[in-house]
Amino acid sequence: MGFFLTLVALVVTLAVTWRYLGSYMAAVFAGRVHFFAFVERPLYRLLGTDPTREQSWRRYGAAMIVFSGVSLVFTYAILRLQGSLPLNPQHLGAVSPALSFNTAVSFVTNTNWQNYAGETTMSYFSQIGALTVQQFVSPAVGIAVALVVVRGFSRRNAKTVGNFWVDITRCALYILLPVAFAFGLVFVAEGAVQTLGGPVNIHDVLNGVTQTIARGPIAFMESIKQFGTNGGGALNANSAAPFENPTGLTNFLSIYLLLAIPVALTYTFGKMVGSVRHGIALLSVMVLLFGALVGLTSYAEHQNNPAVAAAGVPSSIGNTEGKEVRFGDTSSALFAVASTSTSTGSSNSSYDSFTPLGGLGLLTGMMMGEVTPGGAGSGLYTLLLYAIIAVFIGGLMIGRTPEYLGKKIQSREVKLSGLGALVMPVVVLVLTALAVSLAAGRAGPLNAGPHGFTEILYSLTSQGNNNGSAMAGLSGNSPFYNVVGAIAMLLGRFAIIIPALALGGSLAAKDVVPESLGTFRTDNAMFVGLTVAVVVIIGGLTFFPAVSLGPVVEQLSHGRFFP
Amino acid sequence: MLTHLRRSLVMAVGSVLLFGFAYAFAATGVAQLLFPYQASGSVGVNGSTLIGQNWSSPRWFHGRPDDTGPYAANRARNVSGGDNPLVANGVAGSSGATNLGPRSKTLLANTRALVAYWRHLGVVPTPDLVTTSGSGYDPDIAARDAIAQIPMVARATGLAPSRLRTLISRQTHPAQWGFLGSGYIDVLQLNEALARMES
Repeated sequence: MGFFLTLVALVVTLAVTWRYLGSYMAAVFAGRVHFFAFVERPLYRLLGTDPTREQSWRRYGAAMIVFSGVSLVFTYAILRLQGSLPLNPQHLGAVSPALSFNTAVSFVTNTNWQNYAGETTMSYFSQIGALTVQQFVSPAVGIAVALVVVRGFSRRNAKTVGNFWVDITRCALYILLPVAFAFGLVFVAEGAVQTLGGPVNIHDVLNGVTQTIARGPIAFMESIKQFGTNGGGALNANSAAPFENPTGLTNFLSIYLLLAIPVALTYTFGKMVGSVRHGIALLSVMVLLFGALVGLTSYAEHQNNPAVAAAGVPSSIGNTEGKEVRFGDTSSALFAVASTSTSTGSSNSSYDSFTPLGGLGLLTGMMMGEVTPGGAGSGLYTLLLYAIIAVFIGGLMIGRTPEYLGKKIQSREVKLSGLGALVMPVVVLVLTALAVSLAAGRAGPLNAGPHGFTEILYSLTSQGNNNGSAMAGLSGNSPFYNVVGAIAMLLGRFAIIIPALALGGSLAAKDVVPESLGTFRTDNAMFVGLTVAVVVIIGGLTFFPAVSLGPVVEQLSHGRFFP
Repeated sequence: MLTHLRRSLVMAVGSVLLFGFAYAFAATGVAQLLFPYQASGSVGVNGSTLIGQNWSSPRWFHGRPDDTGPYAANRARNVSGGDNPLVANGVAGSSGATNLGPRSKTLLANTRALVAYWRHLGVVPTPDLVTTSGSGYDPDIAARDAIAQIPMVARATGLAPSRLRTLISRQTHPAQWGFLGSGYIDVLQLNEALARMES
């Protein structure tokens, strides 16, 4: 009953957010919001950019790549120099080169894969100046790319797609910053920690226990971590740690925050292209697939853990291994699905200890390319790639030139969409094959048997999709995984962004053809079904063999345990 | 290209100042001003109500087995933090779960060891009491977990089970707003209340 009410509350709050955050974002991107003009205007002057002058998709993309490169260097440098920088009450030394590289790539690509334990590795300077900064900037970049694709549909005969600097500034300043600040305060009120005071020592006279408790600037990193679909928390246990996620309310708000932007962007899309119905169609695709995953994983996690059952302890409260009492089984499962179906990757429980089918639900959310509803911006532009493929298939079926929102979908658009949709499966499967073939890769997993394979597959799927969650038994802080993971994250981000930008540019240059009776409708249930099928077939069929070796075998090995 | 580089440098520095330090310092200031107790970690005389501790004496209600206590079949390898936020009783660690898979022999052995441990203490174990949490220092147990421990605590303290049952029901927090997450008992608060009852 409680879980049902949680779902109802989530649907209601997200529906309101869809409508109002969606139209607010449209207003921000159109330049109609100005309350931070005193920051915005001087920044444009320093940048030397005229906010009314726009760029071609090539210049836009070049600016994005160069900026991401510079962000990477900045983040890397701070982590390497942290021993000599202030705000380091624990006197932590420099982060190792391989780990710094992996972490810098991870935060710049909006992945937030963490091969380190925050409380024993990162100084407050690094958490604030290197990591939190990217949690604002990287989702802004993702949303900017989505904007370019949307403008491709909303403009006609246009040579330009927007101004990169203006888009990311407005996005971070007017959307991410105020919401993250407001919710950060709610998190603190509930018990999340926000201090620069260093660790605290306690002594309990009742049981004679002494503890040194790690603290830090946690709560406000938490809010942007979720809202920007980042996922990297200050502490190793991420959102399972009470200092990050203290109560049932903060758990709910985390789920809400990480879904808010990807969901609301479908309204923004509809508004910008002049057909909210088209936004609703995309939202329906997201909701249908998301609902199926929530159903699967929350059902699976409501079953007892096989090892606990074998030890003779029955459970009516589901699989409790790796879960916190204050959240319970189904709220943990909902959080996990939301976090893996957006490219967030935060975790409020140990995904490694999920039942095989529960873990399968999480993997599937990522394997479908992070479109249910996907990351901030990345969810929308990836789903639009799938939608174009669906339009193309639909056009073939009825024998007409495919169109989407009045734009003719021709060979160039289909090629770019196909490329964008295929990069991720190729990257994930090739790197997984590499990891299981090499001793360095096989040394990673903690668990044996099919679960060990799942840990490897999960880690590369997560990084190839810029998700960042982990089946954390895998020891990722080795030279092999640091480098291979970084490659997966870079390809998973930029090898999709570049075709997406090219697509936006190509579409923007086209004229709009008037709708006729023979036009294949792209805003009805038929189209939603077709797009769902495309997503499931591309994700499902490419990954089915790999998944069979992991969670499926594990689920079917009744009564067997692996060393 | 050089224009992109110059603008990227300006933007990167601007972001560090604005979204890094201005954001975090303003946030810390406001948080410490409005909610100093929570923002500093909810620390009381005996520790933080949000960080679990290792309760080993049968005189106290125990939390979840998030540590390498006498019951873990394998001591150091898989239990990463264990009631161990940075350092606990001299042992260093960080937060985290065991990450043992559902069909792990180690998990099975750990769980069996825990079942034996609880039975030895006269407790019929519940699922929470034989599994470790996501953070490795879950500060809470459910009401049923506390009720299961009544025989142990009653024997060690001499308090009547009915009084302990009243204590537990008074310390039980329902799910927040009636439906968010699950109901729980904070173990530190429960034991502090138990100490007050004894004195």
